[in-house]
Amino acid sequence: MDFKSTQTIYRQIENWVFEQILSGAWKPGERAKSVRELAVAFEVNPNTVMRSYEHLQNQEIITNKRGIGFFVNEDAPEKIHAIRKKEFMEEEVPEFLKNMRLLGIDFSEIVNSE
Amino acid sequence: MIQLQNVEFGYDKNRKLFNGVNLQLEPGHMYGLLGRNGAGKTTLLKIMTGLLFPQSGDAFIDGEPAYKRTAQQMSDVYFLQEEIYVPHLKIKQFEDAFAPFYPNFSHEQFTEYLREMEMDNMLGFIDKFSHGQKKKVMIAFALATNVPLLIMDEPTNGLDIPTKSIFRKIMAAYADEQKTVLISTHQVRDLHSLIDAVSIIDNGRMILNTSGDVITDKLVFDTNDEKTKEGKLYYSEETPRGIQQVKENVNHIDTPLDLELLFNAAVLNKQEFTEMFK
Repeated sequence: MDFKSTQTIYRQIENWVFEQILSGAWKPGERAKSVRELAVAFEVNPNTVMRSYEHLQNQEIITNKRGIGFFVNEDAPEKIHAIRKKEFMEEEVPEFLKNMRLLGIDFSEIVNSE
Repeated sequence: MIQLQNVEFGYDKNRKLFNGVNLQLEPGHMYGLLGRNGAGKTTLLKIMTGLLFPQSGDAFIDGEPAYKRTAQQMSDVYFLQEEIYVPHLKIKQFEDAFAPFYPNFSHEQFTEYLREMEMDNMLGFIDKFSHGQKKKVMIAFALATNVPLLIMDEPTNGLDIPTKSIFRKIMAAYADEQKTVLISTHQVRDLHSLIDAVSIIDNGRMILNTSGDVITDKLVFDTNDEKTKEGKLYYSEETPRGIQQVKENVNHIDTPLDLELLFNAAVLNKQEFTEMFK
């Protein structure tokens, strides 16, 4: 993965996991890749991946089954949807609206361009 | 564990290189040791590993003075120097001669690392290899020792582009809770994704020695952003992407640690950073 310099690596890994689950590459109930596997694949410190996994656990996307590994929760896709939507509304929409104002774009233009 | 207490050292009687260096390296982390040319990074590594003795103060390995260089201490530490010495031996002979000093040495790992770095078919004498090839053999050996304390001086110098990526993968797999890794480097871009703790030495003292999480908790690294308007400015520079800056993290935002910016900010604000990361 080519990391952007504007976001922390652990957040970027978290988003990558979101993508895996939303695209169906990682299915609910299945085992998630191990911390070490991801660390090697992304060439990052395992502590960084662990931090992403801990955060994903707190958001109830994955669960740590002691001694076996991490598993994708059954309702993970719905949870991610909700998280993504919240982020979109709180971060992307205001930025989008700000650019519209700056460039003098009207909503009718947006609707018509689709 | 490695510990330095009030270490003073100088090659010249009248000029001290270190005036009271304190440092403690904890297992489970990969430390990046940063410092300007001539700041004494390599000297510090030599003191840590018992190759040079402090003029006052102490260096400890496993709680015992490093100068003792007991068999136990020596088998717990591997120091991969920047200027590598390679004897007139073939890879197999080198392994047979030096692996017995390290009780956790793994022949399988050594073979695997050599294969990953495309050195498994090299049958000649190591001292006849190119600089980069020698380095690959020594890196493979250093990592195969599985020592609890691995110290590397500029490990990525001389490695070609694909090998740098392989090196990072091997290092990511090497790290675990029991191991301490210290990498001294100027090539921070090669290693920033692996380093999770930073030690900065300047003008004979450690400015900071702490984990990346603690640093990003106290500082923000970013382009001039709405969200980071407040807080004290420690460093800024113009780049094509805008102004890059290091500021006090007043609003508790998480930004990615930029080692180059951190270094520049630290040497500019020595006193404050020393206080901040005590």
